[in-house]
Amino acid sequence: MSMTISEKILAAHAGRSELRPGELLEVTVDFALGNDITAPFAIEAFRQAGAKKVFDHERIALIPDHFTPNKDIASAMQVKAIREFAAEQNLTHYYEVGRMGIEHVLLPEQGLVLPGDVVIGADSHTCTYGALGAFATGVGSTDLAAAMMTGKIWFRVPHSIKFVFRGKLRTWVGGKDLILYTIGQIGVDGAHYGAMEFTGEVIDALPMSDRFSMSNMAIEAGAKVGIIAPDAITEQFVKERAKRSYQFYKSDADALYEHTYEWDVSGLEPMVALPHSPENVQPVTELPRIPIHQVVIGSCTNGRLEDLEQAAKILKGKKVAPGVRCVIIPATQQIYRQALKGGLLEIFIDAEAAVSTPTCGPCLGGHMGILAAGERAVATTNRNFVGRMGHPESEVYLSNPAVAAASAVAGYITHPDGI
Amino acid sequence: MKIKGKAWKFGDDINTDAIIPARYLISTDPQFLAAHCMEDADPEFPEKVKAGDIIVAGKNFGCGSSREHAPVAIKGARVSCVIAHSFARIFYRNAFNMGLPILESPEAAAAIATGDEIEVDLDRGLIINHSRQQTYTAQQVPPFMQQLLQAGGLMNYVQRQVADANKRAER
Repeated sequence: MSMTISEKILAAHAGRSELRPGELLEVTVDFALGNDITAPFAIEAFRQAGAKKVFDHERIALIPDHFTPNKDIASAMQVKAIREFAAEQNLTHYYEVGRMGIEHVLLPEQGLVLPGDVVIGADSHTCTYGALGAFATGVGSTDLAAAMMTGKIWFRVPHSIKFVFRGKLRTWVGGKDLILYTIGQIGVDGAHYGAMEFTGEVIDALPMSDRFSMSNMAIEAGAKVGIIAPDAITEQFVKERAKRSYQFYKSDADALYEHTYEWDVSGLEPMVALPHSPENVQPVTELPRIPIHQVVIGSCTNGRLEDLEQAAKILKGKKVAPGVRCVIIPATQQIYRQALKGGLLEIFIDAEAAVSTPTCGPCLGGHMGILAAGERAVATTNRNFVGRMGHPESEVYLSNPAVAAASAVAGYITHPDGI
Repeated sequence: MKIKGKAWKFGDDINTDAIIPARYLISTDPQFLAAHCMEDADPEFPEKVKAGDIIVAGKNFGCGSSREHAPVAIKGARVSCVIAHSFARIFYRNAFNMGLPILESPEAAAAIATGDEIEVDLDRGLIINHSRQQTYTAQQVPPFMQQLLQAGGLMNYVQRQVADANKRAER
């Protein structure tokens, strides 16, 4: 029976040789994670159920990254509870401030999530690891608690939707633009419950950092996973990092898809998602002059070294426009160090940008750059819902790092060629 | 299992940041979260909502983050049930796990208006609108899922099963 990559991974983890979309099955979990917002609930549920030990202390990561370094007493209490639980359970992968990073950048970087894995995380952007060819999806805290106890989770096998990207991308156009374009085409529930599978010559040529940005935002189309078949580029990324064995799966040529979208993206411009939905997408070249107050470059979507390099290319020798704050957040300590050694931090500081320690911070309106009423930001993050970055009367425009950096210099939303 | 209450109508794509803004995720206390429930969609909602009231919304309710704080905030606000055209995947699962009854019914989501008196029969998958003398069908909630809801969520449900099994073993 022919199967998609998602179906093959689920079948392998359920001890099955074949399966069909819509089936309910229990699968083994290779890795599970939670953060400072979701883990406290999971720990409460774990204790409430009377559980004593996690299923495997090396297969669970707890990463305080959202409101860290602790922004207030309440968030400090939440992290304290996680820290104590991690110590009690002897968890190998608890990451303290100073050693941590944004979970969905940190785990692939450390080789903890790998091709062919089933990964569940109490964070909706767990789908990021689909870029490695893993079946990775976000769940609630109670589901995380159950998986921490048993090492298993039940799933309904999702239908698969194929996306074929043809052509050759223009300069300043990357994974973020492809995924924004895709969400703009199909809508925020366009892949409802499904497995998005990104394919085609454009994806084949795409670096890992761009692939992560794409898979990361699959949830913004309502998908369960956003998967990319692993290849030589994936192998290059994982071979030095992997701490255990991994397996490459590929969809069969005659696998069944609920729908196939095929787009030539050669003429695609950098895309911007306007308030207040990621589906509200327009090419940056078609926007009027929209003045801004803040720029955020970072997050699990675009806080990788390659993203910072894009921003640095624009910001080198320039200054952030008067009246604009530019906050740049390397996603992990390792990226921070690489940015330091590569001279990127100096470029940012010379440009009068603020550089932060790794944190999810402003992306979800936590801290490190909250917007006041009437303020407008360009961010390389993933959501622009009402109140997402602060006051309910503030606005967030989503873009790639080059557009964000160019807009910081211009003081209004602009194409990188516009400065 | 039957539910009765007054409807509060919302639109499409009500996301989890609208249900409970991230700035309040510094606590897992249902009462604290309830005080800010739906605040960014309707700032007065936490004041206006009464025990037993029902949220009615369009497509893709609960899209966005995986925060379980969303169904907890709604339950904490003593909302008895959510009816929507459709639910986002993670929210759907979280709602049952937290013991919040939810029903998918495009028909009901389109017809019900704020203020309508609604009765829900979970066994039969029926939604009765007393204000408009209409009845809508929804997906039935199977008996084990109703037990899960009555127990107050997955962990209570599992705990009861474990306790029952232990009792049987003792006999």
